[in-house]
Amino acid sequence: MSRIKNAFNKKPQRVLNVYCTAGFPALDSTLDVMLALQDNGADLIELGMPYSDPLADGPVIQDSSAIALANGMTIEKLFEQLTGFRNKITIPVILMGYMNPVLQYGFEAFCAKAAEVGVDGLILPDLPQYEFEAEYGAIVKKYGLDFIFLVTPETAEDRIKQLDKLSSGFLYAVSSSSTTGNDKDFNAVEKYLERLQSLKLTNPVLVGFGIKDKETFDAASKYTNGAIIGSAFIKAIGGKENVQQATKEFLTSVLK
Amino acid sequence: MGQETFQQPNEHGYYGKFGGAFIPEMLHRNVEELRTKYLEIINEPSFKEEYAYLLKDYVGRPSPLYLAERLSEKLGTNIYLKREDLNHTGAHKINNAIGQVLLAQRLGKKRIIAETGAGQHGVATATVCALKGLECIVYMGEKDIERQAPNVARMKMLGATVVPATSGSKTLKDATNEAIRDWINNPVDTHYVIGSVVGPHPYPDMVARFQSIISEEIRKQLKEKTGSELPTHVVACVGGGSNAAGAFFHFLDELSVQLVAVEAAGHGIDSGMSAVATKLGTVGVLHGSKNLVMQTADGQVVEPHSISAGLDYPGIGPLHAHLYESGRGKFIYATDDEAVEAAFELTKLEGIIPALESSHALAGLKQLNLTKKDIVVVCLSGRGDKDMSTYMKYVK
Repeated sequence: MSRIKNAFNKKPQRVLNVYCTAGFPALDSTLDVMLALQDNGADLIELGMPYSDPLADGPVIQDSSAIALANGMTIEKLFEQLTGFRNKITIPVILMGYMNPVLQYGFEAFCAKAAEVGVDGLILPDLPQYEFEAEYGAIVKKYGLDFIFLVTPETAEDRIKQLDKLSSGFLYAVSSSSTTGNDKDFNAVEKYLERLQSLKLTNPVLVGFGIKDKETFDAASKYTNGAIIGSAFIKAIGGKENVQQATKEFLTSVLK
Repeated sequence: MGQETFQQPNEHGYYGKFGGAFIPEMLHRNVEELRTKYLEIINEPSFKEEYAYLLKDYVGRPSPLYLAERLSEKLGTNIYLKREDLNHTGAHKINNAIGQVLLAQRLGKKRIIAETGAGQHGVATATVCALKGLECIVYMGEKDIERQAPNVARMKMLGATVVPATSGSKTLKDATNEAIRDWINNPVDTHYVIGSVVGPHPYPDMVARFQSIISEEIRKQLKEKTGSELPTHVVACVGGGSNAAGAFFHFLDELSVQLVAVEAAGHGIDSGMSAVATKLGTVGVLHGSKNLVMQTADGQVVEPHSISAGLDYPGIGPLHAHLYESGRGKFIYATDDEAVEAAFELTKLEGIIPALESSHALAGLKQLNLTKKDIVVVCLSGRGDKDMSTYMKYVK
């Protein structure tokens, strides 16, 4: 059983997945941030691989990516940092990023290396269903990695079901059609989450985009298995000397 | 077996191994709506009629095919200039802007967004939005806003909102990112008018079709002038590649016609300050399609350089990537200096001040070993008014 599946079996509700950008705020803070997330109640970690042109992300994550790149972060460097990380970190880790850097590394080499260092799954928002089925999905599976698709309020029901079928680990429900870090009215979002709940999907569902504090985390968790926090966490640790302390304070405020 | 046609991609938007639609799920509905409806709409009689009417009476088409006698004499060959510079708004960009805005109206969209580099596509889109009474938002890199002030003023006068792209390198690629983000955030009422043959399927094919009027006219006009529809060469500059796609389109499957694409070599191809995406790029995904992308070993997109803002793009449309890789197209490049020199040469010999983009195509002519037997069509994609501040630096 995959580590992600196992985590959801053990704790099916109020699952908190926190996004952090590799190499942010400092090049060598990646592992410190991940450890602090694990120690302070995160159930999963979504580790962002910085990219120069992150289309699906808002300004907060883009800025953190630009800082990480300026710090010298690369996929090569990230894999170096992650080598041996399983000695300290036991919760599932998902790599999130964009196709271009992954293609440049070599898609298969990337999957092989990710699996080798102990990564559990991938989120590549600009790898769509057709391409996944035609070419890349088989490679992801070959290395035993989970692959998480996104769905949005605009995604038709039959397509949600298809994407659920192709996903493993969990399904990523974008709370509204927007880039990350946007504030949206949460009442409209609740309707959509109720609809998702009624579809009885095979994968657990985590809600992302617009989740920033205890209130939004609680609201998202009411209808789904939990939520993903990204931009709000990046803001909380940005420019902080002591990332462990900043992470602890942030998670405490969300989970209190 | 070779591919049957170079004109159209396959049903998934692939020209050879380039193209596709690498988009996040947030864009799926909009792009899928376009993909399933664009052919039907642009083939409707009412659409065709309105499009043809506006191209004729509003844009001023057909644009002349002009035999540049003095330039021909100097180069020892026969040069015909396809005068897209005489179009309303001063470049070929209006052909596509009209097509897409008419399409957007038929899709029920109320809000038009666009990206722009030098401002030509932004001006064209703002123009058509003014004509149709539609809201228009143009994303433009903060740096480009500074260096293209006259076009920014034109867009504002036309009623468009010009939004500075402040992320990344603050130029065309970032303006494109911002426009895509706007579309993600406004998934229902908005159409994104992409200005070149880039972006996810069906954009490259759609834009190529709207620009194909250029080669459709060339065939007719050349027949009248020379007795043959087919030239020996068609030469056009390529950034993303929309004027080249239009100029090549109806010759793509005429294998006797040599298709010559001229990229921008900036300070020189090995200077680190150039935009030759074919030779300097590797296969990658940029702005929703697989194409040739200038990037670092780690897959970060590199900021290109060209004196011409319209060629200052780190990728190339998938149609062109395929023409390059298959050998169907001949890809050459011209430096900033060569382009400026060619601009002055055309101005002096023919009394036509070309856009800096088009000047690259003119500069490419010298690399072709042309003879008196050749019939060469050059796509003069735009006029040089917008580039006067650059040209003035070279006037002694």
